Amino acid sequence: MLPDAERLCGALAESLRPGLPPDTALVGIHTGGVWVAERLHAALGLKTPLGRLDVSFYRDDFSRSGLHPQIKSSDIPFEVNDRPIIIVDDVLYTGRTIRAAMNEIFDYGRPARVDLAVLIDRGGRELPICPRWTAQALQVEPGRNLQLERGEAGILTLRLIDA
Amino acid sequence: MRNPQLNRNGGLQHLLTIDGLPPEILTAILDTAAPFTEVAEREVKKLPLLRGKSVFNLFFESSTRTRTTFEIAAKRLSADVINLNISTSSTSKGETLLDTVDNLSAMQADMFVVRHASSGAPFLIAQHLAAMGLEHIHVINAGDGRHAHPTQGLLDMYTIRHYKQSFANLVVAIVGDVLHSRVARSQIHALIALGVPEVRVIGPKTLIPTDVDKLGVRVFHDMRAGLRDVDVVMMLRLQNERMQGALLPSPQEFFKYYGLTADKLECARPDAIVMHPGPMNRGVEIDSAVADGPHAVILPQVTFGIAVRMAVMSMLAGG
Repeated sequence: MLPDAERLCGALAESLRPGLPPDTALVGIHTGGVWVAERLHAALGLKTPLGRLDVSFYRDDFSRSGLHPQIKSSDIPFEVNDRPIIIVDDVLYTGRTIRAAMNEIFDYGRPARVDLAVLIDRGGRELPICPRWTAQALQVEPGRNLQLERGEAGILTLRLIDA
Repeated sequence: MRNPQLNRNGGLQHLLTIDGLPPEILTAILDTAAPFTEVAEREVKKLPLLRGKSVFNLFFESSTRTRTTFEIAAKRLSADVINLNISTSSTSKGETLLDTVDNLSAMQADMFVVRHASSGAPFLIAQHLAAMGLEHIHVINAGDGRHAHPTQGLLDMYTIRHYKQSFANLVVAIVGDVLHSRVARSQIHALIALGVPEVRVIGPKTLIPTDVDKLGVRVFHDMRAGLRDVDVVMMLRLQNERMQGALLPSPQEFFKYYGLTADKLECARPDAIVMHPGPMNRGVEIDSAVADGPHAVILPQVTFGIAVRMAVMSMLAGG
């Protein structure tokens, strides 16, 4: 039985709230991370508009697997220099996506600090990356993907599929 | 026989001509180009996709805009770019095209961007690389003779899609020196492959190839009739350097009948866009009032050209 993604979003927002600097910017990673970041942004009432990243151009497996066919535009609608930034993703696994996201953010400027908030940490890290906030840790066998999906009514749910 | 432009997985191996490329590949290039346009707004206008790759610009024919935009595109992808000005190099000492290619391949080239006055030169290079077992080297045609200029055709399609959203209900007119124009050939193939229902060519009989209608276009020799209700006007440059013999009485007379003026443009739809691949001959094929007017999207074409070339290069390198 997988946890309720909407409940996890709410819990994640509450864990972020204490002591959050008012100029903090959230950056969601396409596609699931953006959905979670939208929830957090609304729940926390942040003034800085939400940023969105598609890290396809920064992935380390480009020379092996090429470009994903449907790349979205990255959109960072705020000044990055000297701002605290929280990267938001749905499922943290190897850490390679987060490495790519950090590289991309630094091409927009030099943030004051960068933190990471994730809905699910499924372990299996291949890089020294550790989230500051995790809604839930969950063991998932290798060879299976844990995915966040958005239904017609906009409700977020988690689903396990074979990779 | 496999399409020489595609690899075993159906991905892009070389970009030599739009003719014969599946529409899905054309659409994929346009879709991939869109997120690259945003990179120009960043503090660091660089992506790491072609890090460590060497791109050789082989220009056997002079060009400023195309060579520069290819150079910018490759540099924004973090490639090392080597520009070879061939007119002052080995070819003038007698080296053959394929010997030049072999030498540059031995310098660990990853990509050749080729412009050549002879139609088919980039195809010959691609064929040679395959015969030498150098399939990791990719070729992009940056204009060969009268044959093709596929990245120009693609950036034109990107521009049309940007302003008109879809190709489905458009009337597009290509105006001027179609006979000498590799740009026109690439445009026609792309427009038809992407489903534009009506493509027209407009020009004097001496500058329209016979049989061009077999490509699926309508031919007009009267400019006002040809521009009636069009959504997109694609002007071509009058190619004086390629003219042999008396194809035209004079540039002035050409301007009178086929130069795009505000007055003639009134025949087109009120929201028509005007495109030109550059360099423009003002007062010959286009009037300054139109070139600098509200319908012109000529400078956005140049900007989009960088994103489209970035997309092509990354699709080749990642294929």
